[in-house]
Amino acid sequence: MKSIWTITKRELAGYFNSPVAYVFLVIFLLMTAAFTFLIGQFIDRGQANLQAFFMWHPWIYLFLVPAVGMRLWSEERRLGTMELLLTMPITLWHCIIGKFLASWLFLTLALVMTFPIWITVNYLGNPENSVIVASYIGSFFLAGAYLSITSMTSAFTRNQVISFILSVVICLFLVLCGWPPVTDVVETLAPRSIVEFVAAFSVMPGIEQFNNGQIDSRAVIYFLSVIGFPLFATSVIIRGLRA
Amino acid sequence: MLVPAPHAIEAMIQVENLSKAFGPKVAVNDVSFSVQRGEILGFLGPNGAGKSTTMRMITGFIPPTAGVVKVGGHDVTEKPIEAKRLIGYLPESAPLYTDMTVEGFLAFCAEVRGLNGADKAKAIDRAIEMCFLKAVRHQSVDTLSKGYRHRTGFAQAVIHDPDILVMDEPTDGLDPNQKHEVRSLIRRMGQSKAIIFSTHILEEVEAVCTRAIVIDQGRIVANGSPDELKAKSELANSYLVSINGTEAATVREKLGSVIQSAKVTIVNDKPPTVVARVFPKDAGSDGALGQAIFSVAKQSDWTVNEIKKEEGRLDDVFRNITLSDTQTR
Repeated sequence: MKSIWTITKRELAGYFNSPVAYVFLVIFLLMTAAFTFLIGQFIDRGQANLQAFFMWHPWIYLFLVPAVGMRLWSEERRLGTMELLLTMPITLWHCIIGKFLASWLFLTLALVMTFPIWITVNYLGNPENSVIVASYIGSFFLAGAYLSITSMTSAFTRNQVISFILSVVICLFLVLCGWPPVTDVVETLAPRSIVEFVAAFSVMPGIEQFNNGQIDSRAVIYFLSVIGFPLFATSVIIRGLRA
Repeated sequence: MLVPAPHAIEAMIQVENLSKAFGPKVAVNDVSFSVQRGEILGFLGPNGAGKSTTMRMITGFIPPTAGVVKVGGHDVTEKPIEAKRLIGYLPESAPLYTDMTVEGFLAFCAEVRGLNGADKAKAIDRAIEMCFLKAVRHQSVDTLSKGYRHRTGFAQAVIHDPDILVMDEPTDGLDPNQKHEVRSLIRRMGQSKAIIFSTHILEEVEAVCTRAIVIDQGRIVANGSPDELKAKSELANSYLVSINGTEAATVREKLGSVIQSAKVTIVNDKPPTVVARVFPKDAGSDGALGQAIFSVAKQSDWTVNEIKKEEGRLDDVFRNITLSDTQTR
């Protein structure tokens, strides 16, 4: 456990040692605000909830999470420090989890910093705060799922840009394959059973449940497996690099 | 104590029939050797011979295709954590986290190796002092010159005062003064540790190693002390004689008739000076050939300008054993 935390600390410090972290936080907050107020019409809706805020997260994360995670392993490969890290007396899993946790904590910090919107909605009306808490938990899991995929793609290449693009593509697939506007069109072309099977991989149904205030065990299990599987794939890729 | 304790006899690094294939390409082929405490083993070989691959298997970075590496008695594949704890490793070209300061980087390495609090601070101070890093202690790694980077990599490898040091080309890219520093550092640490380092600088082997292994195309082609290796040179124990006041043919005839000599070659014939090389019949007949040459010169009334005994050249040996392989390829 201690070695995981050592890795996490180093990675976190790595974020804050460069201005990129602060730029990222500002962009994230500006984007969520812009989408919520300008496109989501938060004020004009006249509803005491944060639907207009949370509905954009799968889309905003689509670019921001890969940007946060793309360096996780590709940077180690590019600098050659992977050789250093993996000859230390720690297991590969310590490294994978330590790095993943650092990025997840960073994204969580970004998410926590959106708290003024929660205060705002409570000031303007009487929202169901339990729904908002569930939505925050859903958003937290969503960031973890995208991040885990980015961890996998960044182990795949020493080029951060390629890692970023691959990750965006995979995450986009996970969004679109269960997003009604897309599935409705695809259903006219392919058998319903196939569409439903593919849609089962999507992050959207789970996210909608959280946004409706339900913390369903199936949704939690879904997100934990979408986090777990790519992390496992990360370990397979890294082992494969050395074989 | 004259009789070493049983655990001291066991080799710190034991490599048995180690092989590594990357697809169809065999990088390391059935390599076996061992390193004891107090030994400094030089790993020699042309580029791509399999030096780095072997070191990466010893340090547990890549798994072997076949064979066993034991470090301090621990099998690297089965007990990687225990084995890695004993090793300090400087990978090729000393990779570092460029977004950290020297001190921060060393602190991270110390923590990963389980050092904390006062122990950690002490280990960092010791490594910084040992590797002359005081001036750049708080500097960011990406602003360091190559020499400092290398020494930071070195400091990382010794931060936990390991029993075993594995270094891949530790002097590569350093200036002559820094090379000298690193060599004396290795020599000093070699008294209490088991050290393996790779190089293709042969003078380094002579200056630092107690033993050298030459590896070519994944196989060990020579294993011995630098002196033993040098003795394999064709020139070993031959004499180079520079003489005035005679002719080449006479020199060849008279020195050729000396009982201890096997062959005489004329290296240079620019009257009035003749330079000849006299090869011994038996490499073991130390000194006898030299005395014989002197007495022949005295009898023949030659003026001897210079006489020099050749100890053998490591680069000759190196070229011979690694080139002969290339030609049969």
